[in-house]
Amino acid sequence: TESYIRSVSSCGHLYVYKYMQTVTLIPGDGIGPEISAAVMKIFEAAKAPIRWEERNVTAIKGPGGRWMIPPDAKESMDRSKIGLKGPLKTPIAAGHPSMNLLLRKTFDLYANVRPCVSIEGYKTPYTDVNLVTIRENTEGEYSGIEHVIVDGVVQSIKLITEEASRRIAEYAFEYARNNQRNSVTAVHKANIMRMSDGLFLRKCREVAENYKDIKFTEMYLDTVCLNMVQDPTQFDVLVMPNLYGDILSDLCAGLIGGLGVTPSGNIGANGVAIFESVHGTAPDIAGMDLANPTALLLSAVMMLRHMGLHDHGNKIQAACFDTIRDKKVLTKDLGGNSKCSEFTDEICRRVKDLE
Amino acid sequence: MASHSAVLSMSKIISPFWGGRLGNTVKVFGTTLTSRRNKTLHAPPPAKYGGRHTVTLIPGDGIGPELLTHVREVFRFSCVPVDFEVVHVNSAVETEDDINNAITAIRRNGVALKGNIETKHTMPPSVKSRNNLLRTSLDLFANVMHCQSLPGVQTRHKNIDIMIIRENTEGEYSSLEHESVSGVVESLKIITRNNSLRIADYAFQLAREKGRRRVTAVHKANIISGDGLFLQCCREVASGYPDITFDSMIVDNTTMQLVSKPQQFDVMVMPNLYGNVVSNVCAGLVGGPGLVPGANYGRDYAVFETATRNTGKSIADRNIANPTAMLLASCMMLDHLKLNDYASLIRNAVLTTMNETRLHTADIGGQGTTSEVVQSVMRVIQSKGQLISEI
Repeated sequence: TESYIRSVSSCGHLYVYKYMQTVTLIPGDGIGPEISAAVMKIFEAAKAPIRWEERNVTAIKGPGGRWMIPPDAKESMDRSKIGLKGPLKTPIAAGHPSMNLLLRKTFDLYANVRPCVSIEGYKTPYTDVNLVTIRENTEGEYSGIEHVIVDGVVQSIKLITEEASRRIAEYAFEYARNNQRNSVTAVHKANIMRMSDGLFLRKCREVAENYKDIKFTEMYLDTVCLNMVQDPTQFDVLVMPNLYGDILSDLCAGLIGGLGVTPSGNIGANGVAIFESVHGTAPDIAGMDLANPTALLLSAVMMLRHMGLHDHGNKIQAACFDTIRDKKVLTKDLGGNSKCSEFTDEICRRVKDLE
Repeated sequence: MASHSAVLSMSKIISPFWGGRLGNTVKVFGTTLTSRRNKTLHAPPPAKYGGRHTVTLIPGDGIGPELLTHVREVFRFSCVPVDFEVVHVNSAVETEDDINNAITAIRRNGVALKGNIETKHTMPPSVKSRNNLLRTSLDLFANVMHCQSLPGVQTRHKNIDIMIIRENTEGEYSSLEHESVSGVVESLKIITRNNSLRIADYAFQLAREKGRRRVTAVHKANIISGDGLFLQCCREVASGYPDITFDSMIVDNTTMQLVSKPQQFDVMVMPNLYGNVVSNVCAGLVGGPGLVPGANYGRDYAVFETATRNTGKSIADRNIANPTAMLLASCMMLDHLKLNDYASLIRNAVLTTMNETRLHTADIGGQGTTSEVVQSVMRVIQSKGQLISEI
């Protein structure tokens, strides 16, 4: 939410000033710091009212032996409620779970939102993609409950609860309403997983009753996949449990050009939202000014829209898309041979021109 | 050979008691034993009498009945020596009698051709998917699908040639669910070493048989340890096939790669649910659900159907469904029955109609009706009339 200071000048005119909004910035590892710097530069050029608070998230062992994120990071997030995160290294044999998982658990980030919009100028076999995948991010197949029943038989438990299903369905419909989307499709496999996906579907249907202005449909996961690769324009907002969401959101990212250009946001309880780039840390090009900041930039634009700063969001997005469409200054992964800094400067220039 | 000595030692044990009376039986039994050991990937079924095979036919719901009627029409026209035993399965009843009858019929005949049976949501959750019941009861552990770009069909990606082998009985499709606490449902995903080894072995054998170079295992082992077991089993089997390259890929990356560069894949093997996703993505990439046939193989039985198993309720009885997938599935069935000449005849006719005549149904952008396509197929078969009398 925005805060304003209303002040009355000496001549009686009413002035309204926007406060700077604090955002917790987690640069991340690998190319994280350079793309975060790029985003901060572009935001400055756009005069976005954002004050960045940089924090580090390396897992530390808290009292009681539990792994947790550093307390100053947690405190900053709890205060600002909005976060922007670069790619985090997944530790192997570090003894602690992945940082993404820790963040998810700490802030109860229950919804993962990925808007997939075709980028004009970055050609893929699919044009006119404009859909949003909303994935339940806390339970489902990723509940982590697994047992070895007898030697050679592994059982994984997929958990679906009424509460989580209702919560994600409500978020999906609210998102659709707030972003002028026309329909919400629930993706499921209730023909096979009768009870679990059946429960998920039932909750979606119940919530749909309260949102009569939004069209609600249901579709099997396989049918969605089949139709998605033939004609992705038929889809609008998709809501689904964890595993299907994981696969489908990456499928949709592939349609528009991959993880290097796909934004992502995680919505938590208590109004917390963390926006992130979902690509890896790319250690092979870290520190060489070759990285593509588009994914993090588009996630930051998503963040601006979430905060109600639509004007700034649209301006920055337009500048970014124009730069890509123009094809003169592109990073290597987009098909050009410019540096990250050159790409960033070009976007800054366009943003200033759009003033 | 070990099997022969087994027969000899058996007859030595039995003959002192019954003299020569059981000798013949033992010899016959012994032969069956040897043939079992030499069993290739697809053994011919026993339901053959007077040179004609009997195959179970399950019409199913939606477009199933009409497409299977067309298959029978084409078979009759081409004088294929196959008789169909039709078993109807009513998806609107709660009892499992119908599907059990179908299963018994398939056990009897060994081979089946089926349409998809609808799973109605209005039924209580205790009513399981009939298709799934059929697959698990008959232990049809391997679902095989071959996705090939067809020259006559317009698609975004060209030169796709992927074989997908999907574990067909366990994984997420175990249908083991319970509501432990009100509002909390648990669904069990089971991965076993035996089934994983079995499907991996099947995949590598098939790859070798078809001269394929690479097998990719699709999994999510970083999150789900059952998939870790699956991957481990695949690696074990891969070590026994040094001529075939083995690699693995996480399922979300796989789908991303499939929509951008599908030509990189050769043979893919995976557990049940990912198989569902990947096979549908691949079917979509080569032109849609109307084009790709699928086969479900078990040790003793084989069931053929369309690869993406759609009921197609919205296009049923409108003469617009694409008969290609079902016709190609029936050709796969004929190959399985060792009626290869008939299989080639019908398959060539279907592909000629698809690629040369370019008579397409609506789903692939054409305006032909189902009957027009079938008529065209039969015309092509007739023009090869010489061949029929030679078979």
